[in-house]
Amino acid sequence: MSERILDVQSLTLKFGGLTALDDVSLHINEGEILGLIGPNGAGKTTCFNAITGVYGPTSGDILFQGKSIVGMKKHQITKQGIARTFQNIRLFPTMTALENVLVGADAQHSTGMLTALFRLPRHRREEKQGHDRAMELLRFMGIHRKADELAANLSYGDQRRLEIARAMATGPKLICLDEPAAGFNPAEKVELMDLIRKVRDQGFTVLLIEHDMRLVMGVTDRIVVLEFGRKIAEGSPSEIRDNPAVIAAYLGVDEEDAS
Amino acid sequence: MNIGFRDKLTGLPKPVRILLWILLALFAYALPLLELPIISTPGVDFGGVLFTVTIYCLVALGLNIVVGYAGLLDLGYVGFYAIGAYTVGILTSFHANWPLLLAIPVAVVAAMISGVILGAPTLRVRGDYLAIVTLGFGEIIRLTAVNLEWLGDARGIKNIAKPPNIGDEKTGLFEIPHLLWGDGTVLVDTEHPTKFLVFGYIDQVPYYWMGLTAVIIVLIADILIKSSRVGRAWEATREDEDAAELMGVPTFKFKLLAFSTGAFVGGLAGALYASRQGFINPLSFLLLYSILFLAAVVVGGQGNRWGVLLGAILVAYLPQRFREFDDFRVLAFGAALVLLATLRPEGLIPPRRTVRAKQLEQELDELEQGTDEGEEAARV
Repeated sequence: MSERILDVQSLTLKFGGLTALDDVSLHINEGEILGLIGPNGAGKTTCFNAITGVYGPTSGDILFQGKSIVGMKKHQITKQGIARTFQNIRLFPTMTALENVLVGADAQHSTGMLTALFRLPRHRREEKQGHDRAMELLRFMGIHRKADELAANLSYGDQRRLEIARAMATGPKLICLDEPAAGFNPAEKVELMDLIRKVRDQGFTVLLIEHDMRLVMGVTDRIVVLEFGRKIAEGSPSEIRDNPAVIAAYLGVDEEDAS
Repeated sequence: MNIGFRDKLTGLPKPVRILLWILLALFAYALPLLELPIISTPGVDFGGVLFTVTIYCLVALGLNIVVGYAGLLDLGYVGFYAIGAYTVGILTSFHANWPLLLAIPVAVVAAMISGVILGAPTLRVRGDYLAIVTLGFGEIIRLTAVNLEWLGDARGIKNIAKPPNIGDEKTGLFEIPHLLWGDGTVLVDTEHPTKFLVFGYIDQVPYYWMGLTAVIIVLIADILIKSSRVGRAWEATREDEDAAELMGVPTFKFKLLAFSTGAFVGGLAGALYASRQGFINPLSFLLLYSILFLAAVVVGGQGNRWGVLLGAILVAYLPQRFREFDDFRVLAFGAALVLLATLRPEGLIPPRRTVRAKQLEQELDELEQGTDEGEEAARV
């Protein structure tokens, strides 16, 4: 059994009277693709937000590589090695595709005002490194021909790809994808599945929120199911498929939908 | 139209481009000596007007970093300008006797520190709230100056030091004649030459050269910083602060950096202004100036350094050029702003990217409407 890269321990998150997450524990092993599924409003994205530091948990702990990241600032968590994409695309629209990825790559850089002003060696080194890495990632995503296109002018699918490239550029160990296939047609979804596998094969660990059952079952190693802020099941895709609680809660009673 | 020009410019080989820039700079330096008939200002000293223009250019470049790049609406920018001016006033005349060249760095650092002090607590609020807080800051600085005797209260500060002369006070290192434009003839006017470099009371041209040099230095620094990690971080923060933070940009730090960099440039402009003027009082730092500075940035096209320079030139120069219509100045200015807002809402020279994004939008619109050109474009 490989090492746990992320360990969420009895995570509870309350907004006033509303309990968005209730005592959720889950973990991700290094190098696996974990699917996080559940009906609308189950707390999947809230869970993402807690992991990436957008919300502070009411109680519970989140360990990343054995170190608690609760209370860290968002950008610090990113530097630790957790990157994410957004359910509703949030690129920097008036920056080019390349610059979007460069912003991600800059997470690992430390060029400041004076270094940039006097064009010191560190600026030139980091600029070159960032550039090379960014172009490599754009090529990996298949959008390198649009590197100089403004993010706002990219097609919907390319914007989703660009978001993944930008997240990968921050140099993460764990990538959290929030419904990356939303709005894709079936052919594009198949493409995306291959892509997610390729991302994993590059040595990243992937946490995936997804609605599309076929995508989740096809690509993940393990699945965690949330419902009303609680974890109701965990296991391999085939175990989840046959789990009666999951079928009742999420897939519906109709067996045909489940397959 | 803009794009064609820009593409042609960037298409030229590098030595040619550098040569063009140098020629442009030389022309800018020579402008007050040429006394070109239509451009120069009848009734007001042209050198003095040009100096004011350079001060507005400096301010616009500084404010553009805050408003245009980092997207922080600052309505109290005149506060930093005042801090620069007052620091020079205090150090060179009111409470000490420093030479100007020593006082300017202190003034600039003081403005920067005040930027950090103002920014640290207030940059947590966004948008309109930040605008209100900075508006208050500008007024607080002015009211402090009015009410503190230590700052010369409403009477202000006199005898602020001038820059040191280079060469003999009577003649300078050498004398440069101006041109004199008669009816169809051009004469060399050797009667009233500009002394290089004597900072006196009558001839304002040396001050203009000083201001222009400061503008060029700040402009180059602006270009270098914008095309680096710092510039990208500012832009990302402006576009989507939360997403930037989640992509590893310490947004608060970079906003503070933008704020203090802007304050730095504003302080420099204030210090130069105080030195030329020789006299400052709180009336030089009214809220109106904050608005004018912001107008320069917005009119020119926030986020584009050439745009804001053009905006600054217009805002500072036009009222002086058309002094004879003094009574209608503000009316004309207001009308121009309204016209501009209707015809060019992004500013005179908007950032290239805004232009590109708009163009695509328009193309898409045409496609959707299914016009002939649209269908052709689709086939291509």
